[in-house]
Amino acid sequence: MRSQRLLRAFPFLAAVLLALAPLVLSPFTVTLMNYIGIGAIVALGLVLLTGFGGLTSFGQAAFVGIGAYATAYVTTALGLPAIAGLVLSLAATGAVALFLGAITLRLGGHFLPLSTIAWGIAIYFLFANIPGLGAYDGVSGIPPIVLAGVSLQADGAIYYLIWALLAAGMWGIANLLDSREGRAIRSLRGGATMLASLGVDLFRVRLAIFLIAALLAGLAGWLYAHMLRFISPSPFEMRPSIEFLFMAMAGGATSIYGAVIGSALVILLKNTIQDILPHLSSNATQLEIVVFAVLLILLLQYARGGVISLVRRFLPVKLSLPMAAADGLPTRTMPQPGIALLRLDTIVRRFGGLVAVNRVSFEMKSGEIMGLIGPNGAGKSTLFNLVTGALKSNSGQITFLGRDISRAPQRAIAKLGMARTFQHVKLRPAMTLIDNTLIGAYPRTTSGFLRCLLRLDRAEDARATRSALDALTFVGLGDKAMELAGNLPLGNQRVLEIARALAADPILIVLDEPAAGLRKAEKLALAAQLRAIQARGVSILLVEHDMDFVMGLCDRIVVLEFGSMLMEGSPAEVRASARVQEAYLGGVA
Amino acid sequence: MDFQIAAFLAVDGIANGAIYVLIALGTVLIFSVTRVLFVPFGDIAAFSALTLAMIQLGRLPGTVLLLVLLASIALALELVSLARHRKWRAMPWAVLYYGILPTLPALAAWLLLGATLAVGWQMLLALALVLPIAPLLDRIAFRPLADASVLVLLIVSVAVHFAISGLALLFFGPEGFRTEPLTRAMFDIGGIPVGAQTVLMVAAAAAFSGLLYLYFETTISGKALRATASNRVGARIVGIRPGRTGTFAYLLASLLGGVSGLLIGPVTTLYYDSGFLIGLKAFVGAVMGGLTSYPLTALGAVVIGLLESYASFFSSQLKETLVFASLIPILIWRSVSSLQVEEEEEDIS
Repeated sequence: MRSQRLLRAFPFLAAVLLALAPLVLSPFTVTLMNYIGIGAIVALGLVLLTGFGGLTSFGQAAFVGIGAYATAYVTTALGLPAIAGLVLSLAATGAVALFLGAITLRLGGHFLPLSTIAWGIAIYFLFANIPGLGAYDGVSGIPPIVLAGVSLQADGAIYYLIWALLAAGMWGIANLLDSREGRAIRSLRGGATMLASLGVDLFRVRLAIFLIAALLAGLAGWLYAHMLRFISPSPFEMRPSIEFLFMAMAGGATSIYGAVIGSALVILLKNTIQDILPHLSSNATQLEIVVFAVLLILLLQYARGGVISLVRRFLPVKLSLPMAAADGLPTRTMPQPGIALLRLDTIVRRFGGLVAVNRVSFEMKSGEIMGLIGPNGAGKSTLFNLVTGALKSNSGQITFLGRDISRAPQRAIAKLGMARTFQHVKLRPAMTLIDNTLIGAYPRTTSGFLRCLLRLDRAEDARATRSALDALTFVGLGDKAMELAGNLPLGNQRVLEIARALAADPILIVLDEPAAGLRKAEKLALAAQLRAIQARGVSILLVEHDMDFVMGLCDRIVVLEFGSMLMEGSPAEVRASARVQEAYLGGVA
Repeated sequence: MDFQIAAFLAVDGIANGAIYVLIALGTVLIFSVTRVLFVPFGDIAAFSALTLAMIQLGRLPGTVLLLVLLASIALALELVSLARHRKWRAMPWAVLYYGILPTLPALAAWLLLGATLAVGWQMLLALALVLPIAPLLDRIAFRPLADASVLVLLIVSVAVHFAISGLALLFFGPEGFRTEPLTRAMFDIGGIPVGAQTVLMVAAAAAFSGLLYLYFETTISGKALRATASNRVGARIVGIRPGRTGTFAYLLASLLGGVSGLLIGPVTTLYYDSGFLIGLKAFVGAVMGGLTSYPLTALGAVVIGLLESYASFFSSQLKETLVFASLIPILIWRSVSSLQVEEEEEDIS
């Protein structure tokens, strides 16, 4: 507990030390600290983007450049104060980021980073060739920032502004990561399919973190321009972009503190290299990037977690549960039992020449547990994906709660009240059980990025936490809420997926082979749990191989063979059917 | 701009485009087989031109030192890794593959220093000197990361570019070079003067693209490459070794890059760092093909060549900005036309 208290006191201790620093340190060291702070602001954006979001940018220096040039132009050519420059810096970087993000983020993972290389170079040549921006000579005579009548001209003065803004940025990003949107961001890398099935708009989340990273870079550019009071194109080309990326990686891209550690490492290392290299070669600036490039390669090969992962081992683990409110989120009213819930009408899905699902029609009533069975290759998984919206049918109609969902995106279907689990469990192994379950509540909550950044989402988040805890307790994992999902045995991981589905307050849960790989006792427990869920008024559709499990659990069963419906009926009828026996066992002689 | 100038720019653009075609095809080849977007690929092209120039000037090409350096690092890494797994028997082979074979061209270049060679032999020697660079870089930088995500591989790839282009300054020096033109003959096609060098560039690009196509369609090793590209695990199960296919893809792509360097050498003055922009422009072309389709990639590369040629007529200063900005409409088009496929990537840390 003492170490916990120490951990909580750390930010205050750091703030006091940083506040005293300019009074005791030499002016040169203060200047270095200014560069470290500015670098850390840019690296913070990359930590969010790369370390948490799994995207990257080789063009952050160009964003810094846009911010710097925007304020330089406004304050020198138009003579406006630096605050006006800040507005334009952020507006310009934000607009460029939104535009670039909008055209690249829908494409595969490597299109964004590679376009950032190309456009980073394009922007550099643009700065260097526009006479109004001083071309290669740059812009000089940029005025210092004046805050409340105090000019921040001295390095010791702007120091406070830089580090205060960095602290504010870190506070915001930490808030964001510990929120509804943050859980989605932390799941982007490797959890895209799962997120889409839960109703998360992946494009929006990616665009938002790309924008935030760019705005941080723009802010850094504004500070840089008013600190140096002179800018030229060269600090905004490709090489500094690599250095920013190196900062994020070296410090540890999975922690916001990594940005500061990484920035300090890189700036100090650069300083040392600049002292040593000129003695060794006349091409010192070129060799500097060689050193950084080689170090970056070694880092990615041997220590991808960066410095922070070496330190983290010795830090106490956070044990306390997040705040939970007394009441959960508002729940929806379940439909009357026995009314038509899900209707498939002559659904056809082809893959090239193969007809995977051929004119399948059936209806499911609310309150039912329905089983979907069939031999391998019968089209069960395809049908499953058609119902949940992961695939679209070639013809036919699917109606859920009276609404046509044949063409609806997965997100809309999830919001209507359909939740699913996966045959190959899709959890976030490095996140806690409670966080994994909370992702399920995403479509029930509304706090956007701004509210999350400013920590205005607490009341809603506490209610969501209550709902998630209830779901965990319901499936019997309530006492393990702070354990990591990756440490659970497979049986419990499946159960955790069900808890996540429950957290969405669904009307229909669709389960993909929930009993696969479970032991006998686990199967029995699972069946009991599913019946308890049914008792709450939730309907269940499951695809399953295990006959005993299906026969004992389901109210009605649909049998598929070679993509077509073989029959539909009660477990007893299915068991008695000669056609089903033939499909499973081959012809009865 | 009258027709005469437009046609002249078109010829120039197609010649440039031919260079980008070869490099773009190599980029797509390496990406599809190894998942690495090999950013230093443009550098390979520039190095081959610089190497030829230095051979023609009777100087020891910088590539010799670069090869010796890379081969020593790769050999050391390989020996350490073999020793750790106690595979002593494999060590002589490692010495052969990583120590002797890659440095043979370097030895040849050193022995032939100052000798008068026919142009054909000079070119062969230059090609032999650049061929081992990419496979050695693969061993040093990418093999230890075989399990990493495309993102990590890309970051490493960009870092590798900066490492070798920085080293290239040491080995090649800061001055620019231009090689002897293969021919100075001029044709007159419909009133437009066309250099034989231009014809040669286009013909070579067409010939090598055609050979690549035949290789993929008709040979076993070409099919093995395609198999690895479409499914690594599946290829492994049928007995294709991804590491070896990877090396082969790097060699093949380096051949394309090396040839393009030899072709561009006589028409453009190249510096140690010229390769980056050439490689990136080829990449912009490859994006048109979505990094998967070879014919579309070739078409995209030609379009970029033409665009660059016309852009330099309108504003030589903003030429680069215009070429790279053309990526934007291409991306919009791809973003609208292609269905979004979510790739699952594993965690990077």
